[in-house]
This record gives sequence, C-alpha cells and structure tokens, in this order.
Amino acid sequence: MSEANQAMDTPAKANLTTQAQQLTTGVAVKPRTLVGDAWRRFRKHRLAMAGVIILVFFTLAVSLGSVPYQSYLVGQLATSGMPVPQENPDLRVLIDHLDFLNLLVAPNSVHLLGTDDLGRDLLARSLYGGRVSLLVGLVAMLISIVLGTVIGAVAGFFGGTIDQVLMRITDLFLSLPAVPLILLTVYLFRDPVIKAMGSPEAGIFIIVVVVVGGLAWMQTARIVRATFLSLKEKEFVEAATCLGVGKVAIMFKHILPNALGPIIVAATLGVGNAIITESTLSFLGVGFPPDTPTWGRLVTDGSQYLSVAPWLALVPGALIFLTVLSINFLGDGLRDALDPRSRL
Amino acid sequence: MTHKRLWTWLVLMVTAATLLAACGGAPAQTPPTAAPAAAATEAPAAATEAPAAATEAPAAATEAPAAAATEAPAAATAGGKLTILYWQSVTILNPHLASGTKDFDGATVILEPLAHRNDKDELVPALAEEIPTVENGGIAADGTSITWKLKQGVKWSDGSDFTADDVIFTWQYCADEATACTTSSYFTPVKSVEAIDPYTVKVTWNAPSANPYLTFVSYNGLILQKAQFEKCVGAASISDAACQAANLAPIGTNAYKLKDFKPGDTVLYDKNPEYRDAANTFFDEVEIKGGGDAASAAQAVCQTGEVDYSWNLQVPAAVLSPILESGQCDAVTASSSGIERIVVNFANPDPALGDKRSEPDQPHPFLTDPAVRQAINIAIDRKAIATNLYGPTGEATCNTVMAPAQVVSPNTKCDRDVEAAKKLLDDAGYVLNGSVREKNGIPLVVSFQTSINTLRQGEQAIIKSNLAEIGIQVNIKAIDAGVFFGGDTGNPDTLNKFYADLQMYTNSPSDTDPQGYFEGWTCAKVNSSANQWQGGNDGRYCSAEYDALFEQFSKELDPAKRNELAIALNDQIVKDNGIIPLINRFTPNAKAKTLDGPVGTTFDSGLWNIHTWKRVP
Amino acid sequence: MTQYILRRVLIAIPTILVISFVIFAILALAPGDPLAQFALNPAIPESTRERIRASLGLDQPWPVRYVKWVSSVSRGDWGISFNTKAPVLDLVWQRLPQTLQVVGLAYLIAILLAIPIGIISAVKQYSFFDQIGTIFSFIGFSVPSFFTGLVLILLFAVNLKWFPIVYKTVDGSGWAGFGEQIRQMFLPVTVLVVQQTAALTRFMRSSMLDNLSLDYVRTARAKGLKDQTVVLRHVLSNSLIPVVTLVALGIPTIFAGAIVTENLFRVNGLGALLITSIQNSDTPVVMALTFIFAILTVIFNLIADIMYGLLDPRVRFS
Repeated sequence: MSEANQAMDTPAKANLTTQAQQLTTGVAVKPRTLVGDAWRRFRKHRLAMAGVIILVFFTLAVSLGSVPYQSYLVGQLATSGMPVPQENPDLRVLIDHLDFLNLLVAPNSVHLLGTDDLGRDLLARSLYGGRVSLLVGLVAMLISIVLGTVIGAVAGFFGGTIDQVLMRITDLFLSLPAVPLILLTVYLFRDPVIKAMGSPEAGIFIIVVVVVGGLAWMQTARIVRATFLSLKEKEFVEAATCLGVGKVAIMFKHILPNALGPIIVAATLGVGNAIITESTLSFLGVGFPPDTPTWGRLVTDGSQYLSVAPWLALVPGALIFLTVLSINFLGDGLRDALDPRSRL
Repeated sequence: MTHKRLWTWLVLMVTAATLLAACGGAPAQTPPTAAPAAAATEAPAAATEAPAAATEAPAAATEAPAAAATEAPAAATAGGKLTILYWQSVTILNPHLASGTKDFDGATVILEPLAHRNDKDELVPALAEEIPTVENGGIAADGTSITWKLKQGVKWSDGSDFTADDVIFTWQYCADEATACTTSSYFTPVKSVEAIDPYTVKVTWNAPSANPYLTFVSYNGLILQKAQFEKCVGAASISDAACQAANLAPIGTNAYKLKDFKPGDTVLYDKNPEYRDAANTFFDEVEIKGGGDAASAAQAVCQTGEVDYSWNLQVPAAVLSPILESGQCDAVTASSSGIERIVVNFANPDPALGDKRSEPDQPHPFLTDPAVRQAINIAIDRKAIATNLYGPTGEATCNTVMAPAQVVSPNTKCDRDVEAAKKLLDDAGYVLNGSVREKNGIPLVVSFQTSINTLRQGEQAIIKSNLAEIGIQVNIKAIDAGVFFGGDTGNPDTLNKFYADLQMYTNSPSDTDPQGYFEGWTCAKVNSSANQWQGGNDGRYCSAEYDALFEQFSKELDPAKRNELAIALNDQIVKDNGIIPLINRFTPNAKAKTLDGPVGTTFDSGLWNIHTWKRVP
Repeated sequence: MTQYILRRVLIAIPTILVISFVIFAILALAPGDPLAQFALNPAIPESTRERIRASLGLDQPWPVRYVKWVSSVSRGDWGISFNTKAPVLDLVWQRLPQTLQVVGLAYLIAILLAIPIGIISAVKQYSFFDQIGTIFSFIGFSVPSFFTGLVLILLFAVNLKWFPIVYKTVDGSGWAGFGEQIRQMFLPVTVLVVQQTAALTRFMRSSMLDNLSLDYVRTARAKGLKDQTVVLRHVLSNSLIPVVTLVALGIPTIFAGAIVTENLFRVNGLGALLITSIQNSDTPVVMALTFIFAILTVIFNLIADIMYGLLDPRVRFS
C-alpha cells in the first residue's frame, strides 16, 4: 500500500513521458488523460474518499438538512409542550428562539445537541453557522493557497530581483500587527465593499475571506519558494527547457506537482485556521454580526460553559475538527493522485 | 482496513473528550436561577467604622489585643501575604495619571486621601482629623469654602512628616493643565488651597459649591508627597526620567508601601513601618497580580484558593453561580456600580442622509413617537435578563441612578406587559405587515448597537426576541469596545456619533453628587457635528421641562432639596423614555472566606480600607 | 557567499525602514483611543482627555510623529508607554524572560517531539501509529488554544488542583522556587506544545514522504544498506531541509509571544503585553513590539535562506 514503493519512474522521466504524450497526442494506443489517471488513483484512496463523503455530508446537512430538522424541532417542541416560535419558522427564526425554561439542557430527543445559555437549540445554530464557516474556511484557504503558491513559485523560479522584492513583501506581511491591521482594513473598506456588493451579508463575507486569506499566505509562499529553489536546478527542468517548453508551463505543469505535498499540508492547516480566525474577527466586531452563530464563535462562546455544559464547545469543536481532518485526507488523496511518480 | 480502525479511534476520542470535560466542575446543568441571597450579606466588621473617626486610631489599637485575648485559640496570626487578583493589570501608581480603575486601586494601597467613602457612601476620615460640616464650622455657610483639619504626627513611608504643604501641592500638581491629570476635573473648580496652619487647609471654590467634598476625597483625591513630585509639575510629569520613576513608585502614608512593581503585571507591597497604626497592620506583604479573564479569577478565589480577593467578576450568571456556591468564598457587592441602559436615538441615523445623519435637526421617523418608546420599554423582559444573564451581578431597574440611596427614585415602574405594548402600537397606528409593524410605509426596523461583550450579546439576543414579539425587527451590531467607547471623531462606530437607532452601555454618576451625570441629558449637551459629537448627550434627547428642572437643580445648594430635584430629574427622563434603564449592575468582587475586611463601595476604591483587612480562621 | 550575505544585509536596512513606516501608518490610522476607558466618566470630560492626548504627543499629525519616532529610535529611545508613562524598553526587558521560558521551551519540546513522530509516521505510512499521530495533530490545530487551555485548567487546576491557574513572576531561588516554576509552567507549555507539534509533525511527515519515493532511496536500498541506515542517514538529512527552514522562520514568533495562552494563564510575557497594549491603544508599545518582531523576521529569513544554501548543494545564490 505504501506509496513509497510505488515510485516507478524518475521525475525527469515522468515529466518527459508526459511531455512526449502531449507531443504525440493521438498516436498513443489508448489516450490516458492526466485528469483521468488522477481520478482513477484518487478513488482507490479510501481515506480520501471518506473525507469527500464527510465534506459532502456536511455541505448537504447545512444546506438541505435544515428543512427536515426545522420541522422535526418544531414538532418536538409542540408535542413536549414547549413554546413554539411563530408559524412556519425557518432556520433563521429557530436559531434566535429563546427558551428560558430550558437553559443549558444536555442533548435530548427535543434538542438533539442540547441548548445554550439562552435556551437556543445548538443543532439549529450549528447548521446555520456551518453554512458560513464552511464557505469561509474553504474560500479563505483557497485565497491564501493561491496567493502563496503563485508568489512563492514566481520568487523561487525567477530568483534575483523579483525574488528579493517578493520576499521582502512577504517579510512585511509577516511582521504586520494583525489586529490593528484588520481593524483598519475593515474600517476603510467596509462601506465601499458593502455598497459594491449590494448586500451587507455578501460584503461582509468578501471582507472576511479576503482579510483571513490575505493574512495567511506567507508561510505557503516561503515553503513553495524553497521547494522551487531546489527543484528548478533538477534535470527534468533542464530537459523541459531544452524541449522549448515555456516558463509558465515549466513552473506550473512540471515543478508545481512536485511541490504539492507541503502545499496540501498548508491548505489543510489553512481551513481550520480560517474557521477559527473568522471567530476572532467577530470578536473584534469586524466579522459577521454577533447573532450569526459561526462554528468558531460557538466554540468561543461555549468555552465559557465548559464546566456546566461541555457540549456547547465540544460539538462545534468536533465539527471543525472533522472538517479539517476530512480536508487533510482529501489532500493526501489528491497528492497521491496528482503525484507524477505514483502509479496506483 | 486501516480506516476502520481510524474511525473507531475517532469516535473513542470524541467520547473521551466529552466525558473528560463533563466530569470537570460542578454536576452539569445547574439551572442558573437567581443566586442565593447569601451574596448580599456582608461581613459586618468593617461597617462598624463609623464617621466618628477621631477616636479611630486608639480604638483600633485597643481592639486587636482584646480580640487576641478573648478568642486566642481561633485567631489567625498576623503576617503572611495577601494575594489580590485583577483581570486588568495595574500599569501606573500615580493615581492622577491613571489610565483605568485598576490604577486607582493600586495607588490606594499606598496613598491616602483626606477622607474615604465607605460602603454606605458616607465619609470616613483618612488623613483628615474629622469630616468638616456646616455644623462644626468646616463648611462656609455660603458654600464658598471648606476647611479640613489634618491628622497630626502622620509620617510618609520615608520618615518625613505629612503636612498641609503636601495637600496644597497635590492641588497645584493637577491644577497645572500641562500635567494632564486624569483627575483634573476634581481640581479645576478650586480657586485656591491655603494652609491656615501646618495641619489645617482651606479650599476656596471658584463659585459657591453644592458639593464641598469634591476635592481630596476618595481615590480621586489621593495626596502625593510634595518632596517626591515637586519637580514633576507640568510636562515634566511624564517626560522627566525621575518623574517617570516616581509615577511607578510613589511614597505614601498608608499601611503598606511599595516593594516591587512590574507594570502591567504585579505590584508587591510590604508593611509601612512609619504607618500611624503599624502595630495593627495584619499582613507582611500584599500582592496585586493582573491579567487573565474574570471567570478564572473567580475560580482562583473560590475553587483553587490560590488568591484571597479577586476584582470585578463580570461573568455570566450560569458560570458564576456554581463557582460562588463552592463555599470557599463570598461575593462582595456595592449598591450600584452602574446602570446598564438602552439609549434611544431621537435623531434619524439613516445613512441616506449623508452628513446630516443623526444630526439633531433630523427627527427620527418613529422613535420620536412616545408610544413607540414606551412600547419598547414595557416589552423588554428585564427579569429574564437579570436572572439568566446577570444573576448575582445585577438586578432589574427602572431608574437612571441607584446610588447614593438618597437620590434613588421610588416613583418609577417598568413592569413587562407585552399586550399593553402591542395595544400602544396599535392605537398609535402601527399595523402588522407580516411579522413587522409599519406606519405610512415606514417599517419598525431598528438597528441596535453595543460593545463586544458576551453579556451584552446575550442581552441583545433577549431584547431582539422581546421586540420581535411586538412587531419590531431588530438588527444587531456589536463593536469593538476600544472603538465604541473611543473618542475618535473620524470613526462612524462610536457611541458619541450614535449612527444607529438604539444603543446599550453602562454608565453612572462618578460622584455622590449627580450633577455632571444629569447634565448629560440637557439640550445644551446634544451631540452634533458642531460640537464634534462631544456634548455628552448621545441620544439627542431634548426637553424644555427637563432643562428647567436641571437649571433649578444646578442653582440649589441645600442638600435635601437637591436630592428631591435629582429624583425629579430621574423621573422626568424615565417618563419620557429618553433612556431605557435595564439593569443595576453590581460587578461584585470575590473574597476568600478566610479574609475579613473587604466591603463593597460605589464611590471609592474597593481597597479603600485595606489597612483593616485581616485573615480569620 | 559572503558577497551574497553582504548584499542581503544591505537590502535589509531599507526593508526594515519601509516596514516600520507601514506599521506606524497602520497603528496611527487604525481606530482606537487610549482613553476609551474613560469615555463615559462625566468627571473626565473631553477637554481633559484632549489635554492628556496632547501630553502624549497625539495632537500632532502622524507623519510628524513617525519622523520623531525614527529619529529617537535611532538614538536608542523607544518612547514612553501611554499606560505606564515610563520607557517602553523597560517593559520589554521585563517581559522577555517569561516569554523565552514558556514559549521558547514549548517550541523546543515541540521540535523534539515533532521530528521523530513525523519520521515514524512517514516510514510507517497509514500504520496505527500514523493514524493516531494524524488525529492528534489535527486536534492540535482545529481546536483553538484557548479551548485546550480552558479544558486543561478545568481538569488539572480546578478539579485535581495539581497546577496553579495564576502564573506568578517568582524569583525562583533554590529547589522550591524551581519546582514552583516548573509547576506553573506546565499547563501553558503543554497548550503551546500541543499546538506547535501538530503543524511541525505534518510538515516533517510530508517532507519525509516526498523523499522516500525518490531514486536515491531505491539505489541505497539496492546497495544492500539496512532500512534504518537508509532512513536515518539519507532520507532524514534531505527531508530536514524544508523543516529546518520552517523552524528557523518560527523563531521570531517566539519573541512575539503566545497572545492567547499567555493571557489565559496570566504569564506576563511579550504576547500578553502586546494584546493588552493593542486593546488600550498603547501605540508606542505596540510599535516597539511589532518592529522588533519585524527585524527578527527579516534576520531569520536571511538565516533560513543561508541555511538552505548550505544544506542543499543544488541551491545556487545569484
């Protein structure tokens, strides 16, 4: 099973083979595309598939799952004689539904995951908050990874002045004080962005993902640059250059797949980090409004009640954990699938 | 099969984590009902220290041996270290340059004023021999001056004598604008301070004063040593290296003196051998440690027993109640440490107005309607907020002032009545359209802002749900405290600009005399771009009746009549719903059961009587 | 090589100047008010607050303040803190030992744990050990450190009473002082180790995996070398290259302190100082701390680059 033993070709050869395939498209016996190959290998990676399934499940739960749960919760509230919010409540109404007779209730058949300090249903809040958290986590991670990869790749590949300039910018970003910077950014751009996006929710979302992603790319850039510095001297790059392949193609088609390992680790770390950083933004009052129960916020608020109602922090904490874990397995699978050396 | 094993582990892990955390602390689900009334009962010991303090020193001197003789086997031996925990840290020990309450408290351990205010808001002489009154001739009948007699034989911790010169110097120090004293407003009404003899000072006011105890009283009036700060008047106060050192290590007259100070972290004091009653100073050392959060500060007193006293427990009721119930500690509360209120914006904060936004000449489309304000007032479930969020740290109130007792109004009522609120809105012509009411096409949708604070976000959630019941939709916003309370005129999110319909915060009079506090609702103080939003009347409430009452109040010198007028002012603003008072906050401190001495105070530092604190078995 | 280092050092000076300018601008323009605590106090009216601001030099436009700041820093004067009204540098020196003790030690332990765990996880990929390691490291970084900290406090301080909640700045003299120091350091160090080991383990594992599949490993095995020798001699030394860079880049973050953990356990380190200074808009302190951090970042990036060249003969400096 170990991928280490699966390596059959040298990297140079692998790239040459791909190169040769491209040059002689149509001549090969059976055209095997890169994507097709990758998918075939990915499917065989069982943990990766499990990761995908969890992520798909979470996505479905927070988007479609709210409808059955709404009617379940309202039905349960009604049968157990608890106050029911207005007619046809949607999730938005349910997450604000207070019940002072059922504060900090442990998970039970009515409140499947228990209630918080104001008697609000934790599952409803997790479902609603998950929409925001998953989207913020993934989009912010993508922003930071793309930024970091491009900057790191360009700096490492071209070297010289470009490298110097880009790396000094990285230094700058690494040393900026995050909290005042975030306050300033939001203060300067909140109103224009909200105006441009037409709605406060969309505007705040854009600001949050840009701020979170824009402050997290530096480490990726450093790692990618380091890998590029080392790989660009290798034989397969020389070979590709001799064959007249363009610089951009060499960077992203030939060298980048070899740097996927650390990038994927960085990406996995990025999602959890983004979900948690988002909650920090709410704490500074520059993120989503305080009545949006994102997962990071639920953990922070719930931590206060660890001694009396541990589930308040553990449930959203576990949700973040599972998301990050799934993305990690997904990443492992992707790396194995895209690694030109592995032939599963 | 590796992944199967993985999942088994995963499930195990999560379960284990849940169990581990669940067994931590009190049995889960302590319903956060009202805290036991036990918290309210105080250790009566310190309260006995009545204003008849001319005899204070000898009395205290005889008291200790007597106690030791009668209850010898039970008494704890003097000595040891008193550990105090603050979740904000002391950063400077010169109180006149303080940047927060904690700095005043840190300084109070070393320095003394002429008189302190105790838990009943009465004056207790400290460096003064007695409290001047009109009767004993200390206060001029026309209100133009007050004459303090000072204790004789008091020594600074460096061995030099305390005299009237030190008192005069303290006034000179802060009267100089360039010194930039935080406490300067306590000194600006003073025309002169003169020494009649080395132990008598006469304070003359610029204008007849109704509040003769303004200066040199409580933590705002701590006396500095002239010899130490003589060269520090004016800009030198913070620019000169010797003065910087003095600010961090003032010489004082109180029972303890500074031993070591790590600004922003720990202050360590030891016994002051020069103290006038040094024989009865109980502890060898006092330590004030700063930092961390309020909840664990409470745990450190009540559960782990690491510290003896912990300051300002702003912790949600559901968390605090089980901690206090542990039996190792008592809550120490004052009668009021502030009124949490909703301020109603009488001006229109609509962003479409541009520069005219929230300006006083732009009346609010519906909050200027008394029916709407009253409906909001009686729709809010204060009891739910008090029991579920504040617990032992607050109670529902309808008043703008809850201390001192003589200005608390008995006339106000604000019981919750949802049906009456609905009827008020119905009668005023606001009809339901879906779940939100509207009139003339304007829906009752309000924006509601406050600072970021778990407690406040809980209040916001409850109020949002209360107002939804009567057909008013609330959009919630929470702002970083530094911005919300900040004075930055360029920032749209400050409470002074008030670019929202409702906002919530805590405030209270800074002195037993509420004049400055009540002035904040007069028409002259209305915030606008003209005064850079610094007037102080953030709600833009303006009423001719209120202004007339205030005019009368500010001219009155008779204490009894002033109290009546203060109550009338309170009733007026409450009747108009200019602000909607919600909670009288106590922000209790916690003390270990083995510590005797701390009492709650509203208008002085919680450490004002630290010289009497002692350990009991 | 010498020429390269010299050139990099020369570039570093304008870089640091630019960084200081940007940081200063951000701090000056960001919203906040050092006197926010007094905003509502009727006894401290706006006129008083205005005067205090002026005494702190805040009445001047920020470009002027920046020029003053640069000139005084070049003379070794870092200004005075708004909160203590005393020199900023005194504060920094007072806080440094605690941060080095707690955060530095945690970093060291994390490195010592992460490298072997990463190696074993990679060599025995998808084994039981690897899976457990994976799960633990993901707990490490999907759970915020305040959460880990609170769980530990509840368990070991409040319930078991093994460790104190309140970190005291003791003068650790003698064995008793040393023992007390270890006891109070235990929880904060644990929280930091959990967090830092996680990320380092992942990078170590990934780097090992990348190298294990390369030709030279097969060649070495084909030569008949023992598995242990192959892994420890050949693969490890190559895999450590990116990890060492990462470790070097992480060193400046030690000096930034651990904001959340220090605050939670009341460790009076640089992180706690930074966050309280930010909260109180004590800009001279924030400026000094971030600027020192920036200088360290630039220095350690340079060191990382040089080490990279030394460790990996393929990298050529131009």
